[in-house]
Amino acid sequence: MASNANVVETPKPPTITVANEHPFIVRLAHWLNAVAVVVLITSGLRIFRAFPSFGPKIPQQNFWVPPPGITLGGWLAGAIQWHFTFMWIFVGSGLMYVVYQIVSGHWRQVLFMPRDIPGVWPMVRHYFLFGKKPPVVAAYNPLQKLAYTSTVFFGVVSFLSGLVMYKPVQFWWLTAMLGGFRLARVWHFMAMCGFVAFIPGHLIMVALHGWNNFYSMITGWKRDPEYID
Amino acid sequence: MPETQHVSDGEEPNAGAEPHAEEDPHAEVHDQTPHPRFGPAGEEIRDLTPRERGRINRRELLKLAPVAVLGAFAIPSLQPPLLNTGLRFSDWTAEKLFGARRLEPTYSNSEVAPFDRFPYNYYDVLDPEVDLARWTLTVEGLVKRPGNYTLQQIQALPKVVQNTRHICVEGWDVVGNFGGVRGSDFLRWAGADLTARFVEFECADDYYESIDMATMLHPQTLFCYEMYGRPLDRGHGAPLGLRMPTKLGYKQAKYLVAIRVTNVLKNGMRGYWEDQGYDWYGGL
Repeated sequence: MASNANVVETPKPPTITVANEHPFIVRLAHWLNAVAVVVLITSGLRIFRAFPSFGPKIPQQNFWVPPPGITLGGWLAGAIQWHFTFMWIFVGSGLMYVVYQIVSGHWRQVLFMPRDIPGVWPMVRHYFLFGKKPPVVAAYNPLQKLAYTSTVFFGVVSFLSGLVMYKPVQFWWLTAMLGGFRLARVWHFMAMCGFVAFIPGHLIMVALHGWNNFYSMITGWKRDPEYID
Repeated sequence: MPETQHVSDGEEPNAGAEPHAEEDPHAEVHDQTPHPRFGPAGEEIRDLTPRERGRINRRELLKLAPVAVLGAFAIPSLQPPLLNTGLRFSDWTAEKLFGARRLEPTYSNSEVAPFDRFPYNYYDVLDPEVDLARWTLTVEGLVKRPGNYTLQQIQALPKVVQNTRHICVEGWDVVGNFGGVRGSDFLRWAGADLTARFVEFECADDYYESIDMATMLHPQTLFCYEMYGRPLDRGHGAPLGLRMPTKLGYKQAKYLVAIRVTNVLKNGMRGYWEDQGYDWYGGL
């Protein structure tokens, strides 16, 4: 009994319960992608400024001329340099994330499926119309799944349409699949709009959920997770 | 630690295989590594001392160093070399992607833009006032028959007419009708070293360009002297211009006066726009 008593009497410092919410690959992909997507949007808008239309050159009808203040690169060539550098980081980190989700099986938690559709509206009502919070039944709620799955969709669309704009002849079959060079520019712009719509909502949610939640996207470990007593 | 003991019993895959009674009753108490617990979504849960937590946080933070490396792009003096590296990497892959015999799908006559909707593009003057009567094309460098060639000599080679898309780096595009001689036919005729790496171009308006040999020899690359069935007009580069559906607009040198086959591109002589920051390959 003496040895047992010794063990019990060993002074133990108070412990903190932490949960590993975000695997390393996901965090790395998230932050590389976050930087890349901002660079790509701002430099892309500067590129778009060179020909802010989706129609013919003659006669040119401008769709929208992005103000220089929200663009990166200073001029067309500068913007192309940023775009052609960070597109590799964007695609690389995106691929890293998607492959990891597939291999790890985590995609099941986050991929938006038809069965998630009924749950979207209650979450929207809760967040934006002060409705009652629906019970938490899974790692990600239906609105989160929709948002995160959408970003992957926007990423795939911007990658494929970007590939067509980058090499329309080498990928002539993809050019044809996307409806031609001009429509590829439209898809690319729309995917950008998707990211622009996602980012503020995402940032507001991060702010509302506080430092502890944000910190878990950096170190992976969340302190005192809400699902542990 | 009764709770931990309980959980570990449950998690033990072969808990029933060996009778616990035979084990050292103190074994589990001495075992300092806690058995894993998991949250509802499979999150690993640990109870850490502040010290352990600090160590883990620091380690995880360090592993994100690749993200911090991107911060180098925020330093103005590092931007040009970094972005230049990105641009050259893009050009390198573009050259690897290029299919020497992969053709741009050509277009029917109904898809060709009207002549007056095919834009004029120039960097300095639209018409450098080439003396068309006395014009010759100087061919030099790694060629067996260097010299000055007249338009008649060039037009004596087989003529190719095709409807191809012109894509500007700005983002607009237009399908036009172009006639001329294949670059590969002309280079063979002049006895050029087809294993050379580059071809340089000089233009009457002091514009200059250079391209890779693979593109020069692409079946759709033309020395163009006709547009829409008429001799190339001055604004579009009379009397002879490059026409490559596999390159961006700024690579399509107009008002050609000299071409040079070479293995070396001098820095600052790679191309008018390229020397100011556009990518050299400019491939489509």
